[in-house]
Amino acid sequence: MNFPILSSLILLPTVGALFLFFTKDKEGNNSTAKYVALFSTIVNFLISIYLWISFDQSTSNFQFVEDRTWIEGFINYKVGVDGISILFIILTTFITPLCIISVNNSVKNRLRDFLIAILIMESFMIGVFCALDLVVFYLFFEAGLIPMFLIIGIWGGPKRVYSAFKFFLYTLLGSVLMLVAIISIYWISGTTDVIQLYELGIDAKYQNLLWLAFFSSFAVKTPMWPVHTWLPDAHVEAPTAGSVLLAAILLKMAGYGFIRFSLGLFPFASEVFTPLIYTLSVIAIIFTSFIALMQEDMKKLIAYSSVAHMGFVTLGIFTLQQQGIEGSIIQMISHGLVSAALFLCVGVVYDRMHSRMINSYGGIVAIIPKYSILFMLFTLAALGLPGTSGFIGEFLILMGAFKDNFLVAVIASLGVILGAAYMLWLYKRVVFGKLVNEDLKKMFDLNRSEYLILSCLAVPTLLFGFYPDPLINTIEVSVTDLINMHNTNIASK
Amino acid sequence: MELSIIFLPLIASIISGFFGRYIGDRNSEIVTSALVSISALLSIHVLYQVIVNQYEENIVIATWISSGSLDVNWSMLIDPLSAVMLVVVTSVSALVHIYSIGYMSHDPHKPRFMAYLSLFTFAMLMLVTSDNFIQLFFGWEGVGLCSYFLIGFWFKKESANAAAIKAFVVNRVGDFGFALGIFLIFYLFGTVNYSEVFQQIPTVVDKNLFFLGFEVNAIDLVCFLLFIGAMGKSAQILLHTWLPDAMEGPTPVSALIHAATMVTAGVFLVVRCSPIYEYSPLVLNFITIVGMTTAFFAATVALVQTDIKKIIAYSTCSQLGYMFFAAGVGAYNVAMFHLFTHAFFKALLFLGSGSVIHAFKDEQNINNMGGVWKKLPYTYALMIIGTLALTGFPFLSGFYSKDAIIEFAYLKGNTTGYYAAGIGIITAFLTSIYSWRLIFKTFHGEYNNKEIKIEETHESPLVMLVPLFVLSIGAVFAGFLFKGLFIGHGENLFWAESIKFLEPLSTEHPPLWFLLLTPCLVLLSIPIAYYFFVKNKELPNSIASMNKPLYNFLVNKWYFDELYDVLFIKSSKKLGLFLWKFCDGTIIDGFGPDGISSFIKKCSIKATKFQSGFIYQYAFVMLLGFSALLTFLIVK
Repeated sequence: MNFPILSSLILLPTVGALFLFFTKDKEGNNSTAKYVALFSTIVNFLISIYLWISFDQSTSNFQFVEDRTWIEGFINYKVGVDGISILFIILTTFITPLCIISVNNSVKNRLRDFLIAILIMESFMIGVFCALDLVVFYLFFEAGLIPMFLIIGIWGGPKRVYSAFKFFLYTLLGSVLMLVAIISIYWISGTTDVIQLYELGIDAKYQNLLWLAFFSSFAVKTPMWPVHTWLPDAHVEAPTAGSVLLAAILLKMAGYGFIRFSLGLFPFASEVFTPLIYTLSVIAIIFTSFIALMQEDMKKLIAYSSVAHMGFVTLGIFTLQQQGIEGSIIQMISHGLVSAALFLCVGVVYDRMHSRMINSYGGIVAIIPKYSILFMLFTLAALGLPGTSGFIGEFLILMGAFKDNFLVAVIASLGVILGAAYMLWLYKRVVFGKLVNEDLKKMFDLNRSEYLILSCLAVPTLLFGFYPDPLINTIEVSVTDLINMHNTNIASK
Repeated sequence: MELSIIFLPLIASIISGFFGRYIGDRNSEIVTSALVSISALLSIHVLYQVIVNQYEENIVIATWISSGSLDVNWSMLIDPLSAVMLVVVTSVSALVHIYSIGYMSHDPHKPRFMAYLSLFTFAMLMLVTSDNFIQLFFGWEGVGLCSYFLIGFWFKKESANAAAIKAFVVNRVGDFGFALGIFLIFYLFGTVNYSEVFQQIPTVVDKNLFFLGFEVNAIDLVCFLLFIGAMGKSAQILLHTWLPDAMEGPTPVSALIHAATMVTAGVFLVVRCSPIYEYSPLVLNFITIVGMTTAFFAATVALVQTDIKKIIAYSTCSQLGYMFFAAGVGAYNVAMFHLFTHAFFKALLFLGSGSVIHAFKDEQNINNMGGVWKKLPYTYALMIIGTLALTGFPFLSGFYSKDAIIEFAYLKGNTTGYYAAGIGIITAFLTSIYSWRLIFKTFHGEYNNKEIKIEETHESPLVMLVPLFVLSIGAVFAGFLFKGLFIGHGENLFWAESIKFLEPLSTEHPPLWFLLLTPCLVLLSIPIAYYFFVKNKELPNSIASMNKPLYNFLVNKWYFDELYDVLFIKSSKKLGLFLWKFCDGTIIDGFGPDGISSFIKKCSIKATKFQSGFIYQYAFVMLLGFSALLTFLIVK
């Protein structure tokens, strides 16, 4: 076996966290802790880039597979990546260091603990995206919520307890059902190894129930309508870095889960439940867009827009068209970059003015021009302007959806109009207009670290808008084979 | 060389936008104007090559999206159609760049303004030179974005911001149809490249689709959806409301984007897709009806407006209507011809009105002007030329293109054709009236401005007048010079494959009385307008007060804005609030997490009541339980 690159990706942040745990805080000086965290996450990012470079794009087989016995005859610690998962790993390793840089201003107390939570979370997230055993996946998937729960509960805003509780209640419901489903799969098939399950297939008569159990977990975390109401509350209370991680990475676990498990393991059930997914996705896109229009809190607005964007993702996945699934994956990556950036943008003004209310701003373009330009860029990416990554995702999804179902595509396309309305209106109310609030004049423009973070997010947003080939080439073969496998399964019945 | 036509404006935009602060205002202005001018010269060269050598090329720059069977390239297609558009876009843009140096001289954000103008030019060029629908869409949204930036350029003005958003969102409504059209094209043909799509059109002529419960012809549906996009961009009736509001932007912007180039993109789209539209007589009829309705509607509104720019904006709307009904009757080349001449005289009128506004220090109401023709002799003369060209005064450019449209509508020979020709003539008369009204109220009569003394009004600097002069040459000669090339009879060599005619256009001529009708009305309208707006100024007012309801109807632009406000804006807000507070708040949270937790709380409060701590209660319950158990055992 070669060098266990995936395991090192998973473990490295944890090692960093351990370091932090055993170092003593000097009074009022947390820079060492930050450097340790930053160092381990950046090294992790570089490793993941190396992983991407050495990844073979011409096959859909899992690569860099590690297989160790964990519990004899029951669970194997098995990890590996294919074209679909590798992008999510890179997204995770890319976003985390940016989060760590961003905690400068927003987290005042117990910074060291905060960093530990972020690092542990990175480990779990990477674990989710490369786990090839259902039990291992489940463990990472659920464990990833604990640091998030703590981040909201400890460093959150005034209503943090309510939000953390709501977050927990929703996710708990889904998790329990998924665990039951995984145990049943073990009883039915005798294994929880994903690759073997792909080959064996699961008896069609069990698929519907199992699919629903997985769905209940994924739907909550996506989040799909109507189990989305935890997200706005969680975002509003979470500190900036928490919101960024939540929006950029945590939400993607479910989308990834839909592709890897719901589609891969339960092809028949996926066909059966496609109308359900379509309905919920379309409702999510339209309803939450209207709701976003009326928000007064910037973070809530972006949270609701996230629900709408994730509605596009679930829609695209279940079109089972090449364009639809590829669009969904690109949309997830793009949303990871753009929503992260938007939450950071809110964080920037929040750090200065301590208000997230839209009406306390207005007319700041002349005061903080650099910020305004970058904020504009991400606003445009969020509304899916061609030339940004948001467009590629949305357009491919709708193209795929149109092939499968006219009505769904038409309604979902309406979301594009609404998206323009609520994003531009938000931007106008915050940045343009007359300067009414005199306090705003004291605001200073982006400092170096903020500028760095937002630029780091802006580059791929634009790059993949004009040249999405690196993304598409990586996923192309895996998606093709996934669809082929699905179609053979359906045909064989 | 061809690529530099597209990329020089982009480079100009980047230089001015990102480095404007370092190189200074003057240098940004020079760099952008120079690069766009070079691009204009190169475009003229390309057009020359196309005319003389039948030069055609399809340059692939890079791959953009390739997902499964979808392959989209960044590309540059040069054919007669795109060559004409290249010249229109780059030349007007270059002149507007130069003009802006003078017009924006008091503005503190010059580099930003120039950067937007250049960026717009780039996006527009991407639009016209695309060889596939998705790059077209890129340019389409790109020009919309630049329009958004430029309308809202004076970001402190609340009305400018509102207008900018309105423009973008209304255009998005059109783009919604356009995008669906592209999806349908991909669904039907498995490709989005023009040439491949156009090739396959004859194979799907009889294909029917079930779309949202209706059975429709596939081609009809494609054409209809694409046309919705065109209606949005070209401000046709129902989706026109953004264009008059867009006049909040600086005047050079109105000339470039909202008169000469961007708003004609819809016409361009229909002409570009002529190989599809030719197979859909149904949608062509629809286009004719929409076009002529818009032409008429906008002309009636223009009659009573008092804002100089809004009058010209409605005039633009109306002229775009002409272009559409030309395309609708199958005379795509005539539509392009009018697009071409219109670009010159409408840009001239807008820039001229900018010169007037400049002279009056940002006054736009024509009731507060008047009597200044001696003070602004050059502007006055040039505006007269623009007006003559617009109204179709004999032998100026509008005469050739607009009358040709009316003729071809007549020659179409069916009901819609006759109807369109009739409306076309009436509208031509109205056009003439409102145009002369503008001229007379602005330049003749008494001086009506109370804030600025007449001595303080001044002629614009040379940097603004020279572009006007160049445009006026176009307005005078473009029709005469290019008539043979654009709409000449015979083999139609110039357009080659870029415009498709299923049946060749009629080469007959309408009867003489019909040919003379429009020019006579146009000539007649000048003394009429003079009488109404200079000689007997009370007459229009008394007519207005006699027909108060009609007058209000026109002044309020047929109440479209009010209607949309109730139908869409207010109701969306209400719906948003309802979905948020009631659906999410009361229903989902009420029965979901909050409901469950309060339910559990209630249960546990009840449960705690059992633990009262009184021995006799416990004993009683034990006794009950014991007797129940005993009963159960005995009965069993």
